Parts: sequence; C-alpha cells; structure tokens
Amino acid sequence: MSLIVNGEAVAPPSDPRVSLLDHLREALHLTGTKKGCNQGACGACTVLVDGERILSCLALAVQYEGRSVTTIEGLAGEDGLHPLQQAFIEHDGFQCGYCTPGQICSAIGMAAEAGRGVPSHVSADLGAPVALTREEVQERMSGNLCRCGAHNGIVDAIRATVAAEWAA
Amino acid sequence: MTPFTYARAGDADEALRLGAASATAYLGGGTNLVDLMRETVARPEALVDVTGLSAAIEETDGGGLRIGAAARNTALAEHRAVRERYPMLSRAVLAGASAQIRNMATVGGNLLQRTRCTYFYDTDGSRCNKRSPGEGCDARDGFNRIHAVLGASEACVATHPSDMCVALVALDAQVHVAGAGGERTVPIADFHRLPGDSPDRDTILAPGELITAIELPALPLAARSTYRKVRDRASYAFALISVAAAIELDGDRVGDVRVAFGGVAHKPWRALKAEAALRGGPATAEAFHAAAALEFADAAPLRHNAFKPALAGRTLAAVLGELVKGEAA
Repeated sequence: MSLIVNGEAVAPPSDPRVSLLDHLREALHLTGTKKGCNQGACGACTVLVDGERILSCLALAVQYEGRSVTTIEGLAGEDGLHPLQQAFIEHDGFQCGYCTPGQICSAIGMAAEAGRGVPSHVSADLGAPVALTREEVQERMSGNLCRCGAHNGIVDAIRATVAAEWAA
Repeated sequence: MTPFTYARAGDADEALRLGAASATAYLGGGTNLVDLMRETVARPEALVDVTGLSAAIEETDGGGLRIGAAARNTALAEHRAVRERYPMLSRAVLAGASAQIRNMATVGGNLLQRTRCTYFYDTDGSRCNKRSPGEGCDARDGFNRIHAVLGASEACVATHPSDMCVALVALDAQVHVAGAGGERTVPIADFHRLPGDSPDRDTILAPGELITAIELPALPLAARSTYRKVRDRASYAFALISVAAAIELDGDRVGDVRVAFGGVAHKPWRALKAEAALRGGPATAEAFHAAAALEFADAAPLRHNAFKPALAGRTLAAVLGELVKGEAA
C-alpha cells in the first residue's frame, strides 16, 4: 500500500526504520518539512495526516500507509499562498523561517481541533465552545518552538486568519 | 536505530501471536518508543503495530467507560462523557506533551511510557540501573530536580512521567490485559511498580502481554474533580508535581475524596493516607495541608528536589480549595 502525500500516491520506504520526516525530505525531496530536534521537542517537523497535526520525526513512515499526508508544499493553491502563509509575512511571523512550515501546519490542525470543540489546558470550561483568545492560541501552539522569538507575530497571524475563519 | 521487522496486527489475537516472539515490542503512536529506539535505549527486533486495535470509548453496563487501548490521547480528552463525568482525566491528558503528540499517542502507550530521567536516556555517558541492570545510578547523586521523593530505592530514583495515569489512579481505573494465558484485569494502582531491586521493570506486564482497554468505574464524585500540574515552564514540560483530586462534601465536612500525585515516585502515587485523614474532617486549608504532610511524612528527598513535599502540599491545598469553592471542574 502507498502513502498519499499532497494528493499523490508514493511508495513507503523499504526499511521500517525510516521516519515519515526522513521519507518526506530524503526520498521525496519535500524539504519544506524541517528536522529540528528529531526527538519530539520542537515541532519543526509538524505535518497534517488526514487533517490532524502530528510530529513526523516520531512517526515511522510505514505506520502511515494508506493515510493522507499534507506538508507545507501542499498548502498553496493555484491562486497563491495559503491565507496563513500570507499572514505570516504580514505579521512578521518568522525571522529565520526554520520553524515556519511546522508552525503553519500546526496552526491549521489547531484550528480544526478548536472548531470541533477540543478543550485545552487553559480552557476554564471543558464543555464550552472554544474561543481562540491569545492565551488559548499560545497554549495550543506550545508544541512549536521559535528560537528567533517570533511567537507574538505567529499568534497574530494565526488569530487574524485560521482562528477568525472558523469563528466567523 | 538497530534493525527491526514491522508488522501490523489486525486484531488482538493476531497481535498476541506476533508479540509472542522474543525481543518484540508493541507499537502505538511511537511518541516514546521511536525516540527510545533512535537513542538505542530500546532495541526491539520486531515491532507489532497495535494502532489498528480497538480505539472505541464506550459506556459499560456498570455506568462507567471502557476505553480501547488504541484510543488517541486527544480522543480521550475531548470525549463528551470524559469531560463531563471525569474532568480530572480530560485535564490530565491536556496537561501532557503537545497537541501533536496527543494526536499520535495512544492510551495504552501512555501507560507504558518510560521515565524521562535524563540519565536513563544518556547511553554514552551515564550509569542507569533501569537501562542496564546492575550498572549503578548516576541520578541519585547527580542532578535530581525531577526525581522521586517517595517509594524510591538505592537502585533507582526515577519518576513515572505520565499525567493521564495520575488521574487514572485517582479514579480507580482497571487495566484490561491479554496474554497467552488469557485475559486478566489489573487495578491501575497495581499496574506500575516501585523500583526495588529491578527498576528495569516499570509494570507488572509479562513478556508478550498486551493492554487491550482501560475501564473507568462509575464514580459520581469524579464530576467535581480536576488536575493541576506544576512545572518549570507554562506548557509542554513534564511535571515537578501534579495533583489529581476529587472531593464530595457532606455539609461543611469532607464526605469522600480521591487524591493522587504525579512527579513524586516511580509510579503514579495514590495518596491513601491523605484521603483517610481527610474523610469526615473539615474541608479547610489547614486540613488539606495536614493531609499532604501525612502522605509525605516518609519522603526521602535528594539534593535538588527537597522542595517537592512542600510544593505537593501547597498544590493539594490549592486544588481542594478550588474544588470546594466550585471554581474548578
């Protein structure tokens, strides 16, 4: 069985040791997804699998056969950048850019979680619809580190686009 | 990573058949095991992927919930019945790791997390009895801020890292286990071990045994419960101290209460002494502090973690105080 990456069927690695991250970067040459810590501590390798954000460094590629993987390369449409990509530019959501693909994939997954009512550690009421306040976005994005310190711009970009999109 | 074979199990019987071979590990979301394999702390020769097994969260005849071991952490935390009837469990899961990791990690795998003791991970430079039995422990006289103050041994001062398990132990959950000899049910409080002379064994699971489900009993008291985690940063860090607690008042006295601590021992720590001291007594801050002091009377702090008993007492008093006032749920 194959994996679906950005809409295209691709063969899984023959060696089960290969992570989804290395398979994307080394076999498929999709180098947008970044290898930061390679141990699940930084979030730079975040991709979407069937719409859910995961860490591709801790994922064995063979485990994801038959699943649909979306990377940063799969987000832009024919008419230009994904709105969140554009917002990262407008809100200074990055400096060096290394964490950016992971931040953007993570934020898209985060918005879907919030939209279906998944609470967070800072939600006062576990049963209430989620309001993506600044504090909520910060907590929900805590798995994505930015060592340049662009977090304020990142939160702004997210709140201006994906957070506003489903709340509207 | 050392080479291994990979197979996906279609059901529990197939998993058990594949898992019977020596040096085989069951693979859930991989969020801990893949990391341990990359560091060569774990070196299985075969992986059996059990993420295709039951992930259902279902009502039981007794009014509780049965959670398939392959349920993802996010699925557990967001489940309506868990949020309403066992809020401490939702909160404990949401306090752990990051959203990406919670989306991957399974409930069964959460129980089988290895310690985050840095010496356990340091294969090149440190001695560790959990990783290499008999080698010695560099944590005991090393940097041991995150280490155990209760139930530790000469051989090991590691703590269990799970948040979820702290809530499960407070809720009297049962672990359903399947093996070659059939199925058995183990109270979660007996599932994890204290280190003793064999810290390489975290749990009572026999080789080849598989966690199939976690069962929560009906526990009306748990509707007023919560989980608080104290850590070195606001999010995405392991606990220094955590508390899972539920309380039911009888007038202005404590009717019933459940308390468990995380970050203090080799296993999630059910505070039976504190609970006994609280039942029937006044629901006051003084009583909450006294109960914690009793629980930690035998604490054996190390060089860098002597703050833990006092922090545990303050955290317990804060949590029970909030619950009594109805501020938390």
